[in-house]
Amino acid sequence: MSIIVFSENRSEKIKKSSLEAVAYATNISKNTQQAVVSVSIGNVPNEELEILAKYGASKIISINAPEWQTHDSQAYAKLLNEITEKENASTIIFTNSNIGKAVAPRLSVRLKAALVSGIVSIPSSYSPLTLKRKSYNGGAFQNVQVKSPKAVLTLNPNSCEVVENPQAVNIENYTPNTPTNFQTKIESTDVTSGKIILTEASIVVSGGRGLKSGDNWKPLEELADALGAGLACSRPVSDEGWRSHEEHVGQTGKIIAPDLYLAVGISGAIQHIGGVSASKVIVAIDRDKDAPIFKYADYGIVGDAFEVLPRLIESVKKFKNI
Amino acid sequence: MKILVCISNVPDTTTKIKFDDGMKSLDTNGVQWVINPWDEFALTRALEIKEQSSGKIEKVSVINVGTVSTEPTIRKALAIGADDAFRIDCEPSDSYTIAAQIAEVAKNENYDIIFAGIESSDFNAGAVGSMIAEFMDIASVSSVSSFEFNNGDITLKREIDGGKETVKIQTPFVAIVQKGICINPRIPAMRGIMMAKTKPIKVSSPVSTEALSEALSFEVPPPKADCKMIDAENTDELIELLHSEAKVL
Repeated sequence: MSIIVFSENRSEKIKKSSLEAVAYATNISKNTQQAVVSVSIGNVPNEELEILAKYGASKIISINAPEWQTHDSQAYAKLLNEITEKENASTIIFTNSNIGKAVAPRLSVRLKAALVSGIVSIPSSYSPLTLKRKSYNGGAFQNVQVKSPKAVLTLNPNSCEVVENPQAVNIENYTPNTPTNFQTKIESTDVTSGKIILTEASIVVSGGRGLKSGDNWKPLEELADALGAGLACSRPVSDEGWRSHEEHVGQTGKIIAPDLYLAVGISGAIQHIGGVSASKVIVAIDRDKDAPIFKYADYGIVGDAFEVLPRLIESVKKFKNI
Repeated sequence: MKILVCISNVPDTTTKIKFDDGMKSLDTNGVQWVINPWDEFALTRALEIKEQSSGKIEKVSVINVGTVSTEPTIRKALAIGADDAFRIDCEPSDSYTIAAQIAEVAKNENYDIIFAGIESSDFNAGAVGSMIAEFMDIASVSSVSSFEFNNGDITLKREIDGGKETVKIQTPFVAIVQKGICINPRIPAMRGIMMAKTKPIKVSSPVSTEALSEALSFEVPPPKADCKMIDAENTDELIELLHSEAKVL
């Protein structure tokens, strides 16, 4: 038996969340005596694929045919089904990413395997598999037991530890039998290269209505640059059109779990907290000392954003010697 | 052409979440029930598309898997503008069983486009839409933030890492939608509320399925320690604390 990990890449690099997933699979494999098989779709060089072995994959299936490089959820689910059979897999693990969310539920139906999504910690039991997942937008966790012989899991990024467990490198270049008659036709792609992905970022800097206008984002961008952080905003900011919807973090926007979340001029409505409460450390800067955000923050500064930000940028630059 | 919008009945998003029955179920005392926010976005967009379609889209229906207690939420969807509704009369268990029920109706009633929200604000599983598509063996597009219907020609935008992809697709398919799909969710007007009273809710019995997972219990996160306040003049101290105490820099 084996555990399959669907590994994602961006700009020919394996994503950090996929290394978390391999480490997670390795944890299950040690408790259930199974092999970890990583599947990679796309043009990823072998020396990059080898990283998967470093974190515990004893086999790496690489599919680099160009026709598989655009994503069709239906075809991807069939492909993963094919590999599940080929590798006699019991458990298939995805990241709770755009692709993971799109493919994992379909695969679950195909395999008649329980889907447990948004997992936040290692299993509390391996037989039967019992997992802790996020629910109520971070207001609670739910313990779920798998009842089917197979299981499909999705892991929340930044919630499981990356632990090395080096294996001999074993890369299999694979040509799938699944046909590529995709129903979705990609017309165009609009990607900002080098942009930090919010759901993957270790540090996120976020601005709210307290910044008063979309024209005032310069200092926040500067702070994000200095910290190497992703840039986010609260719901009113994206609803007003000051920033794009992709930057909205909160219950109806993106759900993030960085090591450090720095909220500037965000009062902290419960819907906002729902999207950021899994952050390890929250820093709040707001002029209103009674703002609810301070109830959720670990560190707080009461003050005017436009006065605090320039000083904070200086402090960061001093700390980083830039 | 016909559109089916999946509607989940969830606690209002400002609800203080508490559990009872040994942490096994939600304490529903004082809970206000609403349409899941993403489903509300989906319904709004479906109605906008129908109105702009010059009759090409003949109706927008909603569907819910739930007991009679969910009918006020279904009525709200009808008041917002859905033409009719289905309710599969059972207590929803896992995503798999819910999707199996909805897929059965969507297939039998020949819906061309099925809308589902990217997740429900209670269990956050984010699975039902894609599962329906797999049960029906039709295409699905996830993380959809724009849906254009132009004389039967459908163009979607879906979110990918660091950007967006523009996708063309033929019916039938499932669109799993997120933020951006509509600007402001519609709210029921008095006329809509009156009309909703006479719109049909077709109640049917569930088809037989078996849940693949079992929810054992809930846990609430431990309470947060007090926020450490730092003087606004002293940003160096904040950076130092983030480095040496919190160890995140």
